[in-house]
Amino acid sequence: MTTYLIRRLFQALVTVLLVTVISFGLMQLMPGGPVRAILGSHATPANIAHLTHQMGLDRPVYVQYWTWLDGLLHGDLGFDYIQQRPISDLLFNALGASAYIVGASLLLALLISVPAGLLQATRRNSGLDHAFTVFSFVAYGVPTFFLGFLIQQWFEDDLRWVSVQNQVATFGEALTHPQAVCLPILTLTITTVAGYSRYMRSGVLDQITQDYVRSAQAKGASRRRTLYGHVLRNALIPMVTLVGLSMPALVGGALIVEYVFNIQGIGLLTTRAALQSDYGITLAATLLTAVTTVVGSLLADLGYAVLDPRVRFT
Amino acid sequence: MATAPDTTPGPPSDASAGTPPGRTAAPGGEPAGRPRSMFRRGAEVFAENRLALVSVGVLVAITAFCFLGPLFYHSDTSVVDLSAVTLPPGAGHPLGTDNDGLDELGKVMAGGQTSLEIGLAAGLIAAVIGALYGAVAGYLGGWLDALMMRVIDSFMSFPLIFLLIYLSSVYGKSKTMLILEVGLTSWFGITRLVRGEALAIKVRDYVAASRMMGAGGRRIVLKHILPNTIGTTIVNTTFSIADAVFALSTLSYIGLGLQAPDNDLGGMLDVGTNYAGQGFWWMIYPPAAVIILIILCFNVIGDALRDAFETRLQKR
Repeated sequence: MTTYLIRRLFQALVTVLLVTVISFGLMQLMPGGPVRAILGSHATPANIAHLTHQMGLDRPVYVQYWTWLDGLLHGDLGFDYIQQRPISDLLFNALGASAYIVGASLLLALLISVPAGLLQATRRNSGLDHAFTVFSFVAYGVPTFFLGFLIQQWFEDDLRWVSVQNQVATFGEALTHPQAVCLPILTLTITTVAGYSRYMRSGVLDQITQDYVRSAQAKGASRRRTLYGHVLRNALIPMVTLVGLSMPALVGGALIVEYVFNIQGIGLLTTRAALQSDYGITLAATLLTAVTTVVGSLLADLGYAVLDPRVRFT
Repeated sequence: MATAPDTTPGPPSDASAGTPPGRTAAPGGEPAGRPRSMFRRGAEVFAENRLALVSVGVLVAITAFCFLGPLFYHSDTSVVDLSAVTLPPGAGHPLGTDNDGLDELGKVMAGGQTSLEIGLAAGLIAAVIGALYGAVAGYLGGWLDALMMRVIDSFMSFPLIFLLIYLSSVYGKSKTMLILEVGLTSWFGITRLVRGEALAIKVRDYVAASRMMGAGGRRIVLKHILPNTIGTTIVNTTFSIADAVFALSTLSYIGLGLQAPDNDLGGMLDVGTNYAGQGFWWMIYPPAAVIILIILCFNVIGDALRDAFETRLQKR
C-alpha cells in the first residue's frame, strides 16, 4: 500500500509539474509575448523594454520559469492589468460556485447512474434497458450548451418553475440560492449520467458472468445477496477510476453551463476574459482547472486502492 | 497503476477497448490457409449492425445535403436584407430567414459544410499525430515511454474547452487555425490506446524476426506497429471527429469560434438562441438537429466499428 501510495503521489507530482511547464510554454509562445499582451499593439519600444525588464522577462527562460513557479506555489498567479486586480483574487472569488456545481452534479450523476446501470444490466435487453441506452446515446450527442438552452427554455420560460434573480459566485451563494443553480446542475448531471451509466452497465455485466457469482449462488446465497454483496461492490471499483478520468470533462462542462445560465464561476470568468483578449486570466484558470483535475484523479485512485485490495498489495 | 478503464474518446461503450485488433486466426469453419482479412471480417460484423448502417445513411444524406444541396438550392447567404428579417418558413424561404434576412436553409447547408470540414480535418490530424506518438512511445518503452506518457497525462488533465478557449483567443479563430487548435488538442486519447497495443505488438515474434533481419526502429514502427493498430486508430478517429464537431460548435456558441462571415452550426445556434424569446424556432432547431445528427451518427458508427474490429468481442 505504501509503495503504491508513494508511486501514485510521485506520478501526480510529475504530472502537475508538467502541467505547469505546458502552461508556462503556452505563455512563452504567445505572439508578441506577455508584454505586448499587456501594453497593446501601440506601445513604444521604450515602454516595452521597461516593462520587460520590470517583469524580469529579459532573464533566461529557466530563471523565469523558476520565478513564476515560485510565485505559483505562494498563490501568485500574476496581476490582471485589465481589471487591475491580482488574478488569484478574481479566480478565488469565482471558485465556489464552480466547485458547488461540479460537486453536486458529480454526486447526483453517481446516485442516478449506479442504480440505473445495475438495473439495466440485470434486466438486459428489456425495454427499460433499451430506453436508457437510447437516452444515454442521445444525451451524449446533444451539445451541452444546447441541452442547457432547452432546459432553460422549459423550466424558466415555459413552465416558469424556476425564476432566477440572483447572481451566484461563491459557494455560500450557490448553497443559499438553489433556484439559480438547480438548472445548471441538472444539465451537467444529465450529460454526466449519459457517460457513467453505460460504464456501470458494462461493469455489472462483466461481473455477473464471473465464476464467483455462480459459486455464491451454488452456496445458496440469495439473488439480493449476490447482487449487492458481490456484484455491485466489484462493479463499483472501475467507476471510481472513471470519476477520476472524467474530471476534466466535468470541469469543462461546468464552464459551458455557467456560460448558458450566467453563473459567475470560473468558466464564465474565463470565457469573458478570453472574449476581451485578457489572456492572463484565461491561462491561469486553465492551469488551475488542470491542477484540480490531477488532484481529483489522484483522490479517485487512492479511493480505488482503498476499495480494491489487489491494488494495495501489488 | 490501477487497471483503469481505457479513456476512449467518444461515448462509453459496453466494451472497454484496448485489446489487440484482428489478425488472429480465422474463426472456425473457415478453411485453413485462407484467413479472411481483418477488414472483410470487420465489414461483415459492421453490416449486421442495423443502427450503424442507418447512421452511415444519415451521415451520407447530411453530407450530400450540405455539399451538394447548394448546387440545386440557390440562396444568397452573404448579402444582408433588412427588408426580410426573421421571416417564418414560407414561399421562397423553406426554413425562413434569420436576423440579417439571410435564407436559413442556405445557411444551414453552409454551416454544416464548415462544421463537417473542420471536424473531419481536425479528427484526421488527431489520428495521425496520436497514432504516431503512441506507436513511438510504445516501441521505445522504458523511461522515455514513461516520460512521453506523463506528458500525455498532463495534457489530458486540461479540460479541453479551457485549452481551446485560450488557444483560439490567442492564436486566432480562422478556419485553418481552428482546425489546428482542435486537432492538436484531441489526439491524447488515441495515443494512449495505440501505445498500449504497441507494447503488445513489439514483443511478437514477427517483430523480433524483422529486427533480426536488420529492420530499424523506424521500419518497425511504420511497417509493423502502425498497420496492426489501424483498427483502433480508425475507431477512435471516428470518435475524434464527433468530439471535434462538438468542441467546435461549443467554441462558436460562446463566441470564440469562427467569426463572421464564416459561420458554422454552433455560431448559428448562438444567434438563434438569442431570439428564443420571440419564438423564432426556425433559427434554432434546424441547425441544432443537423449538429446532433452528425455527432450521434459518428458515435454510433464508431461504436459499431469497435465491435467490428475487436475480435475479442466477436462471436466465434
